[in-house]
Order: sequence, then structure tokens, then C-alpha cells
Amino acid sequence: MSASNPFVKGLVVPGIPHPLLAPEQNEGWQRLRNAFEAAREEVHSCGADVMVIYSTMWPSVVGHQVQAHPEPEWVHVDELFHELGSIPYRFRVDAELAHGWVRAAKGRGLHARPVAYHGFPIDTGSVVATKLLNPDNALPITIGSSNVYADRAETVVFAKSVTDALIAQGKKAVAVVVSTLSNRLFTDWIDPATDHVHSPKDDEWNRKLLEFFAAGRLEDVAQLSRQIHRQIRIGKVVNFKPMWWMSAAMGQHNRYDGKVYDYAPLYGTGAAVLSLTPSGEGVGDKEFDEDDVEFFTGDRNVLDGPVAQESSSALPAPKVATPSVAPSEQSPASSSGVTNTAKAPAPVGAYPHARRVGDLLYLSGVGPRQPGTNAIPGGPVRDADGNPRDYDIEAQTRAVIENVRLILEAAGSSLDRVIDITSFLVDMDRDFAGYNAVYKEVFEPIQATRTTLAITALPTPIAVEFKVLALPGDVPLTKA
Amino acid sequence: MSAGSIVAGCLAPHPPHLVYAENPPQNEPRAECGWEELRWGYERMRKRLAALNADVLVVLSPHWQTYIGTHFLGVPRFDSKSVDPIFPNLFRYKYGLDVDVPLAEAICARAKERGLVTQMMRNPDFRVDYGTIVSCHMTRPEWDIPIVGISSCRSTAWYSVEVMQEQALALGQATREAIEASGKRAVLLASNSLSHRHFVTESEVPEDMTHEHIYNHSQYLWDMRLLDHVRAGRGQAIIDEMPEFTVQSVSETDAGALTWMLGAMGVPDYPGEVHAYGTVIGTGNAVVSWVPPEEGASS
Repeated sequence: MSASNPFVKGLVVPGIPHPLLAPEQNEGWQRLRNAFEAAREEVHSCGADVMVIYSTMWPSVVGHQVQAHPEPEWVHVDELFHELGSIPYRFRVDAELAHGWVRAAKGRGLHARPVAYHGFPIDTGSVVATKLLNPDNALPITIGSSNVYADRAETVVFAKSVTDALIAQGKKAVAVVVSTLSNRLFTDWIDPATDHVHSPKDDEWNRKLLEFFAAGRLEDVAQLSRQIHRQIRIGKVVNFKPMWWMSAAMGQHNRYDGKVYDYAPLYGTGAAVLSLTPSGEGVGDKEFDEDDVEFFTGDRNVLDGPVAQESSSALPAPKVATPSVAPSEQSPASSSGVTNTAKAPAPVGAYPHARRVGDLLYLSGVGPRQPGTNAIPGGPVRDADGNPRDYDIEAQTRAVIENVRLILEAAGSSLDRVIDITSFLVDMDRDFAGYNAVYKEVFEPIQATRTTLAITALPTPIAVEFKVLALPGDVPLTKA
Repeated sequence: MSAGSIVAGCLAPHPPHLVYAENPPQNEPRAECGWEELRWGYERMRKRLAALNADVLVVLSPHWQTYIGTHFLGVPRFDSKSVDPIFPNLFRYKYGLDVDVPLAEAICARAKERGLVTQMMRNPDFRVDYGTIVSCHMTRPEWDIPIVGISSCRSTAWYSVEVMQEQALALGQATREAIEASGKRAVLLASNSLSHRHFVTESEVPEDMTHEHIYNHSQYLWDMRLLDHVRAGRGQAIIDEMPEFTVQSVSETDAGALTWMLGAMGVPDYPGEVHAYGTVIGTGNAVVSWVPPEEGASS
């Protein structure tokens, strides 16, 4: 576990109401009820300040929603299992964390909003999980929705957003994912005594997943999400997302102590109550083949290219990568002076776009890649096989300067506040003249100091990169 | 007792934006305007239906989602508040409605006889879904006619559109039989949009119409193809093409409401009257009424 990760525990629990409302009707439902109660002890003894719920039973369409009403109260009835009875509830919500989660999500390029309305319908899964894990409201909760269109990148970024908010607010949390494993309900009413997992195939997959969880292999399960979706999930949404969320929130690795409290059929689905506790030991990083994601830069619009191209005029883009919050709120960890923006190309390492220290703003090295697509204006310096290619240094240099401008503005500064630049060229003889001409167009009136260096290569197939030092927007230029 | 009849079947989409823009006293948020094409279409449909003297509205809503069979509201009266889980900023509506429980029970029983899995919903704390509320409000804002509320069995998600259609057509026939036996005059409401790909962002002012248009051209083409069938009286073609239409346009017809309604009306071979077509946050919506010739179909 990363020392800074605020999640001290994670739980996976089912949201179907039988363990809450009718455990006595089936031996397995009673075991699940007992498992909830045992897990409750872990929740209350792990040192968490808040319970953060991600429920697969709360779908959203317009971005992501976070429950922010401080005391939601209602008498809930499940739309399917209404004959089991009503569930009155009054919860205690950490509204401060909810708003922080939304701000951080926006800062990472997501569309998100808090919901704080009397009577808002909290989903059955969140109600069941909270009633069973936190019946006396000992911990405040926060609930995030599961966007029906979201795939992995969006889900991962949404999870990292709540981690940002927890860090910023100095809180420890327990993550609660509300989801069954296999989700194939029976399509007819059953005698509760005859309940069983819908098929041997579902049961076999469930047990394999439980082996992974017991070994603490959270990231391995997350990496299997697409396969899980195909094998044991009814395709109601685009993918099986909760393990992506949980892994991204808690840490994308396999170093957990896993504990499976119990596993039982729940009206045909496979339901388990299990916990994961960050640990220094584990099976290590295995064969991960999906990239990590820090910022959401929008749909790729494979089928909707023309719409996306028009989105700068009258059409709203399907996913907006432009944060609508003030620059100071764009940073996932603004308290540390860090700035990241979805408008600029994603970093290729564990560094922010910019960081303010005192009266100076330091930018990480900025290249010409385009945000979202990683396309290189003027073309790359080599092809995928490593063969040299012709490229346009002037186009690359212009793109670098544009990216510098975007990052500066996201950090509340601007190009005219640049005071020093270090430029790196991979081919000084070929490129200096073109680079220098474009540079002059922009920086001659600004009169920043500059050093130009020839280097062997850059991490991506680009020819030029700038390292920039600037004054923040609130520091008088005269101070320089 | 004279035989009951279905005096109209309606495609009555349920975007909460329409109620929001109408500013009824039941809804908390206030709007300046918005989605006039659809709202004025509903207004035309209301006038058309007013002359039919219906005794009951029978509505099937995609937002009462049941994965085990089809459920029916079985409590005589509901008074509560409906908050849209997707657009809570637009729809927080205090409702009071009467349910025609005997008719609901009759449809439920006949559907069971036809082999469908059914269930009456008897819990008085149950919250009626917002799809039912919106479609009923836009069709009959006076709320002076009882309703029968029917859930959407999610057999499309579990199996396929074809299985959904088989079940929805059987439910439609059961609905028709029960209405005829009841002696009542019923209006059916299929509470669904057509193409159903949403935008995933929302403008600061939701009713800012500069942001409103169909999600993409493909969705529009599919909507127009289906409406051509409606206007030409090709009900069977709608049923036949429903699987492809539903998949290609990500349509809310997956919920079975339109198939159910067409099935209940004997799959009309007379035109439906398209009162309006418009988009709501990218989805395609049509307000349509089919009035049988014996009730005075317009064409």
C-alpha cells in the first residue's frame, strides 16, 4: 500500500435485500447476514473516519453523482422484492467529502455533481449495505454512482477522485463496493429453500474470484473485469466496473490481506461478503496489461467522429475534458500546490503538470503531444518499429508552446509570466533553426531567459521539449 | 355491462424535462422554457384524448424495472414524492394518484394464465417510478382518472429483444382481454422514448435549447424509419423490426412498452397520429396516439 493511500479497508458486499429483510428464509441468506455482521466489526475497528460506497445499483447517466445530503431519510421499498417489506432509514452523510469528491472528479476531467435533495432515491444496495454494516451511523457515509456508459478509464478516474478528496481532507476510509459476483437472478419466483447459484459455470467463476480475493489479488481481479462481464454478468451496462473502482481507489496492486467471510446464492446470483486490508506482502504485480489512467480525456467517439468534431460549436461534446472549476480546484491535491489539467497531454510518469512552491511555478517537461489522442503535430521522429521518420520541427515547437500555455493557465498563470526556459532537442543540427524561429514569434516580447540543450532521446517519439519556470498569477511581475 | 375497450394507445415518453418545463405546482424546480415541440405535441394529444372519455390510464414504464416477471401496482392510493435519480435537479414531484386495483388484478391474472410470471405490488410504502409519473402527468395533468401501473420485465437484458417481444405481446393480449371484460374505456400509455443515447453532460441551464439535438444522425435515421411505419399504419413492420431498431438505436423500446401497447391493440394496421417528435438530452422522443377506427381515427 502506498503510504499516502487513505483507504484502510475495502469490502465487497451484495445489495440484494434478503440478508437484511429475510435471512431466516434460507440458510445461505442467514450466513450472509452473519457475514455482514462480522464484517461490521472490521469496519468499526479499522480506524476509518468514513465509509465510501460505490454501488452498482445506483446508475447515473449525466456523469457521476455523489450523495451529499447530510441526513437523507426515507422509507425505502425495493422495486423487485417489495413483498419483503419496507426499509426505513436515516443516514449520516459526510457532505464535505461528497463535495470534495465532486471537485476532484471535475479536476480530473469528469462531469460530476453532488445530489442533496430530500427524497432522493438512494438505491437498495446502498441502503442494505449501510443498514447492515453501519446500523447505528457510527461512521458517516458517502455514496458514488455507477455511470451506465462509463468504461474503465472513467471508472478508474472517478475512484482516484475520492482518494484525492480523502487525502485533501486528511481522512481515512473504508471502501464498500456493492455488487454480487455473478448477477444472474432467477426469472421466476423460487422456494427460498431451493436457492442456488444460477449455473455451475457461474458458481465456478465465483469460486475462482474468491480464490483471488482470498489471496489479496485485487488488481488481478480488476484486470479480469472484462472477462468477468462476459462470463457471469447479465449485460445491463457496458462493463463490470466495481473492481476497477475499488482497485483504483485503494491501490492498483495485489498486496492485500484478503478475507472471504462467506459466499452463498442469493436468488440465483453469487453473493459474497469479503474484505481486503492493505498489506506489505502479497503476490506482487503480475501480468497487468491495461494502462493506468490519471485523467479522463473523453470518449474516443469511434462511432461518432463527426459529432465530436463539431463539438466546439453548437454541439455539446459527449464527455467534456474541460474542468469548469477554478484553477485552484483543478488539482487533485491542490493543498500541495500541484496542478494537473485534462487540457494538456497526460504525463508519462508519476509527476504533475506543474507545482507551485512559494512565488514560483515549476512545470514538468512539456512536449508536443495532443491531449486525449497523444498525436504528435508534425509527426513522430520514428515509427513504431524504431525507424527514423521525417517530421516538422516547427509544428512540434508550436504544439509545445500551446501545451505550455494550457498548463500555465490551468495553474493560474500565463505565457507572459514565463521567466526561464530550458529547451531539449534530439537533433540540434537539423532542428535548431526551425525551433528557434517559432520560439521567437512567441517569446521575443516576453524576454524569458533560455538554455537549449541537445540530448539523445526523449521518452516519446518527439523532437523537442521545454522545461519552464514561471511566476504564478498572483505574484506581481515586478517581484521578478 | 357493455364491453370495455381500448380507446387509444399512446407513445408517451417520460423525460422529466417536459414536466420541469411545464412548471406544474407539484414540481419543486422552476424552468424558463424548453422542449416546446414535445410539450405542445402532448398538448395536442391531450385534446385528442379528451373526447374519448377514458375511465382509466394503463401505463407500462421502463423505470419500474423488475427482473422477475411483470408487476402491477396493487394499492388503491399513493401519495408521495418522486425524485428522478438521473435528473434530480429537474424533477422533484409530489404526486397523489389513484390506482384501478381491480383492473390491475384482472390483467395480472390473465397474464399469468398466458404463462407469464406476474406479481401484484401491495406495499403501501412503495414509491411509484418517475416514468409512470411523467407520462401520466403529461397525458392527464388533472390526475382525475385512475391508473394501472405495470412494470417493465427486463427480459431484453436477460435474454433478447425477441424474448421480450414474445412476453410483451402476450402481456398486451392479456391487457386487452381484461379491459374488455371490465367494461371500461382505457387509454394505454407506452412510456418510452425511441432512440435512447444520452449526452453525458448537461448545460448549466438545462433548458438552454442551443444544446439540444439528436445524439447522432444514425439515431435520427432509425427514429424516422420507425415513425414512417407509424404514419403509414404498418404496425407489424414495427414489431418485425423492433429487434434491430432496439439494438441499433440503443432504444428504450427494450423495456417492452411499445410492443405491449401495439400487441394490446391488435397490432394496428391504421396510422398513428404523430403529435410531435423532438429530442431530450440527445434521445429521440415521439408523442403518438393510435385511435381505433371505431373510436374515430383521424385518418
